[in-house]
Amino acid sequence: MRRQVTGLIVLIVLVAFLVLGVMRTHPFGHPDATAMDDYIIENAQEETGSNNVVAAVLFDYRGLDTLGEATILFTAVTGVLLLLRASKRKEETS
Amino acid sequence: MLTKIVRTVANQLIVFIVVFGLYVIAHGHITPGGGFQGGAVIVSGVVMLLVAFSSQELKKSLRERVLSIMESSGAIIFIILAFIGIGTVFFYNVLVGTPIFGGIPDFGPGPGDFWTGGVIPLMNLAVGLKVIAGLSAVVLALALFSSGEEVEE
Repeated sequence: MRRQVTGLIVLIVLVAFLVLGVMRTHPFGHPDATAMDDYIIENAQEETGSNNVVAAVLFDYRGLDTLGEATILFTAVTGVLLLLRASKRKEETS
Repeated sequence: MLTKIVRTVANQLIVFIVVFGLYVIAHGHITPGGGFQGGAVIVSGVVMLLVAFSSQELKKSLRERVLSIMESSGAIIFIILAFIGIGTVFFYNVLVGTPIFGGIPDFGPGPGDFWTGGVIPLMNLAVGLKVIAGLSAVVLALALFSSGEEVEE
């Protein structure tokens, strides 16, 4: 009973937070701060020489983010190969 | 292993899939796409080969050691290209204005030129190499594991 009451209170608080947060968002397509967007749209082609501004953001302005993405891929591949090989080896020894 | 019809069609189709994937990777700075997307396109061709032929058959041509070296070299090339601009900031585009990929397109929409983008096309190539090798290794290892075979060194 006590757990259910606690769960209900947590649920009400969470729903209230989410509803208030959704109600306070900006209308779609009208962000609050546009200084960064305008700068990238106006200067990306001249600064990076790339016609694809998305590629310019991915590999130049936010290159560190792409490096993290590549690291995630590397870790995933390493983990899969390590896991499969280790499980095979354990089967053989047992 | 599937029937001879499927194997023949897969053998012919892999050429077009690889060419399209290489196009998406190489034109990442002009058209939508890039290293990740083009690499995934090529790996979908590898999966098609894996379905048409058996994983034991594909294991003979795709060595895990070669794939590991390809993926690691892709990552190292990416980080070296990022470190070239360390004189200004990390990930600074040093090649803009030089003869190698240094062209600057006009402002606004346009057809674009291949020799633009600075280090961005080179980084796309590095990431594409990495994605091709990494995802191929994962798919091949999972297929070999499910068929009870040992992963080849």
